[in-house]
Amino acid sequence: MLFGGREIMTVETATETWVMACSVTQIPENGGGCVLINDEQIAIFNFTRRGEWYATQNLCPHRQQMVLARGMIGSAGDEPKVACPFHKKTFSLESGQCLSGDAYEIKTYPVKIEDGMVFVSI
Amino acid sequence: MTNGTNVLRVVVVGNGMVGYKFCEKLIAKAKDITLDITVFGEEPRPAYDRVHLSEYFAGKTADDLTMAPLDWYFDNGIKLHLSDPITNIDREAKTVSSHHGLIVSYDYLVLATGSAAFVPPIPGVEKDGVFVYRTIEDLGMMQAHAKKARKGAVIGGGLLGLEAAKALLDLGLEETHVIEFAPRLMPRQIDQAGSDILKAKLESLGLQIHLNKNTQEIAGDGIITAMNFADGSKLEVDMLVISAGIKPRDEVARLSGLEVGSRGGIVVNDKLQTSDPHIFAIGECALHDHMIYGLVAPGYEMADIVATNLCNGAKEFKAYDMSTKLKLIGVDVASFGNAFISEPDCQTIVYENKSKGIYKRINISNDNQLLLGGILVGDAEQYNMLLQTVNNKLVLPKDPENLILGARGGEEDSGAGVMGLPDDALICSCEAVTKGQICHEVAENEVHSVDGLKKCTKAGTGCGGCVPMVKDLMLGTMKEQGIYVRNIICEHFDYTRQELFDLVKINEIKSYEGVLDKFGKGDGCEVCKPAVASILASLWNDMILAKGNDIAQDSNDRFLANIQKGGTYSVVPRIPGGEITPEKLIVIGTVAKKYNLYTKITGGQRIDLFGAHLNDLPVIWEELIAAGFESGHAYGKALRTVKSCVGSTWCRFGLHDSVTFAVEVENRYKGIRAPHKFKGGVSGCVRECAEAQAKDFGIIATEKGWNLYVCGNGGAKPQHAQLIAIDISKEDCVKYLDRFLMFYIKTAEPLTRTATWLNKMDGGIAYLKDVVVNDSLGIAEELETEMAGLINNYKCEWKEAIENESIRKRFSHFVNAPEVKDPSVAFTPLRDQKRALEWVK
Repeated sequence: MLFGGREIMTVETATETWVMACSVTQIPENGGGCVLINDEQIAIFNFTRRGEWYATQNLCPHRQQMVLARGMIGSAGDEPKVACPFHKKTFSLESGQCLSGDAYEIKTYPVKIEDGMVFVSI
Repeated sequence: MTNGTNVLRVVVVGNGMVGYKFCEKLIAKAKDITLDITVFGEEPRPAYDRVHLSEYFAGKTADDLTMAPLDWYFDNGIKLHLSDPITNIDREAKTVSSHHGLIVSYDYLVLATGSAAFVPPIPGVEKDGVFVYRTIEDLGMMQAHAKKARKGAVIGGGLLGLEAAKALLDLGLEETHVIEFAPRLMPRQIDQAGSDILKAKLESLGLQIHLNKNTQEIAGDGIITAMNFADGSKLEVDMLVISAGIKPRDEVARLSGLEVGSRGGIVVNDKLQTSDPHIFAIGECALHDHMIYGLVAPGYEMADIVATNLCNGAKEFKAYDMSTKLKLIGVDVASFGNAFISEPDCQTIVYENKSKGIYKRINISNDNQLLLGGILVGDAEQYNMLLQTVNNKLVLPKDPENLILGARGGEEDSGAGVMGLPDDALICSCEAVTKGQICHEVAENEVHSVDGLKKCTKAGTGCGGCVPMVKDLMLGTMKEQGIYVRNIICEHFDYTRQELFDLVKINEIKSYEGVLDKFGKGDGCEVCKPAVASILASLWNDMILAKGNDIAQDSNDRFLANIQKGGTYSVVPRIPGGEITPEKLIVIGTVAKKYNLYTKITGGQRIDLFGAHLNDLPVIWEELIAAGFESGHAYGKALRTVKSCVGSTWCRFGLHDSVTFAVEVENRYKGIRAPHKFKGGVSGCVRECAEAQAKDFGIIATEKGWNLYVCGNGGAKPQHAQLIAIDISKEDCVKYLDRFLMFYIKTAEPLTRTATWLNKMDGGIAYLKDVVVNDSLGIAEELETEMAGLINNYKCEWKEAIENESIRKRFSHFVNAPEVKDPSVAFTPLRDQKRALEWVK
């Protein structure tokens, strides 16, 4: 049996759909904010210092808390990262890998800015 | 690659620690090889840490013990089939078939089926209440049975048996007995003298140990009631765990015609190949050179070897060092090298201290040159160094007894320590990391933290026993390179906090980005952001959520409230000195009721309101502020409370009005940011009901005035505050406090309480007293002026927050749906109130 009925190997290439998440001004500079899209909580980060936008799941996998958008962002070497407010587990904003040495990983989503609005591809 | 495509199909039978480690290593090594890995596990859950199984009863959950979550398998493209053991191998077709009927082809098959508990053929083993100790399911059944059991026993006084005994202790049985057939405990690891000490120590911890006992029958009518022994004695028990050894799981190998040993185990060669070159066996099911290895470290080594060889490397398994160090029920036991060799083949040095429960034995070559092995019970601190001395054939010092006793009588050190080891000395045996690799990372790649070394070498990520050596090697290597170990803030700021504090002050910088641009590099992080934000607040006392600095604040400062389990916040209004009117108490009650908050009196004489949604914080504060409350800064590295006793206004013993003084002092320093939180206390007489000597500053009334104490601490490491001024006036007391606090704010490292700050200070309390009372540095006036500046700039930041629309709108969980509260927040009822839902562990 496959665990939990999940088809483990087949990763479907999702058809790219861009969803309008919020306006650029709703996310603080060099900080994050959470948006609700189809019942899913997504953390959006306005990394002004790097001139980049990032989006990840809002759930910290360590204690399963919906808080990553409230975390501090920064860098480890060149890697942009966010630190969970609870226990400071850090995650790459690019790959989603946990950078604190644990086997956790978070989902990341493509982001684009058009006409002052933030779009996320889900 | 044998199937004509570029994909290497590997099937792993068994998802235990070694099977998991094999997958991890194979993925790491297969750089240019595309893998198709399928794993079959018999148990219903993914691989977990069996070595620490007894911690399940000490409060750890199955999740805590999991080696890697299911996502890990998914993300690495591993097809994991749980609860589905392999029942047949078709070696000609190179396929396996599973219990559920799956048939999977392989290029290589890896058997990591592990072992089962060996159950001796004692009549009655099938009775209810008799268990083996192997899987989380076994533990679950033991737990259920233990609820109605009073007396338990374990058959087997070896390593696993004592682990099982620990589990019975944790389950809270009234009596726990250990039954061992041999005349000593842990017969494979320690000698009779070591066993005697261990036995005495374990008995003092509540175990009852019976040696030389041969169990003949397990008695009872369907359910165990007693054990009968060969010597005619009898023991009444209602629960029994059998932990008498392991039996390799070789059934499927046997069925498919692979060669197995006469007493079990799948025969493998040095490459860990079975009699079929496409099938490997690793871990406790493998029989290498007539030996089954029942420890995890050699299992990991086997995993590494097969993974390496499948990725076109060449590595062979050599007889593995069975040295071990472990903590059994809190007692250190270690055995290394040739532990049992005895005179005349060697010279033996023994140290025994029965009252402390310590036994140490080392075996030395007859020419006094080499350490051959030894045993440590009760104190195994020197284990790592001794093991290295054996493995690397280091020449012994003149007085080898110093190895276990330490250098005495002013003699020189007993060896050069870890830095004296050769480069190929194995430091981390779980992950096979040598001294040379660690020192290389420190010297060449400038990895200057233990965490960094853990990440790049994996050293210390297994059992963790080598972490102190890794740290010593790191510091030693840095010292050799002439690196002065300075406590810089983080990778983005090459300054200590004090240096940065002065730079920011002189340059009058007021924002985090400004500081980073001028003195830092990179994009900052969760370490430097709050540290710099604290410096800025301590220097200028501006609104901490001003644009640009808001995102640099730590978790709690960011939303002016304390984040709690589940992502809600707690609210603490300031109640100076713990004095409050009935009207204000009613307001707190009304607000708590309206927003459905859990209320609790804090240790600092105020009231904490828990369970507030982020979205509700501004409205809650609006109501509190309207009633005259201010922020209590419970979320900040700032003054918390000044606790008071009621003093001379009511108390028949009170000498002065301690409440009034506490209220004044709390209002004076409220809102001032410091390297860490700080607390005060004022007592009206020497009876000290305010517990002022446990605070960062404490003021106690005397006949003639007040005594001032500083740098006390409750918390994890309690420390009494120390006296720096006697019988002083209120005015002098405040003056000294101004100087003391400002000196602390300017010079302490980030997140350092006053007690730790003092402990690290050259000259200690005498020096601090000189600076604060005698102005030995000539900075008293400057400190007082700076403090006055901070006090004058105080504003209630919650008042500012609710009046500022742009700050206020940040208090919503969803930026695109500000009216929606976080739907994942949930509570459970607790004694007429509620609590946060327990989070996943």
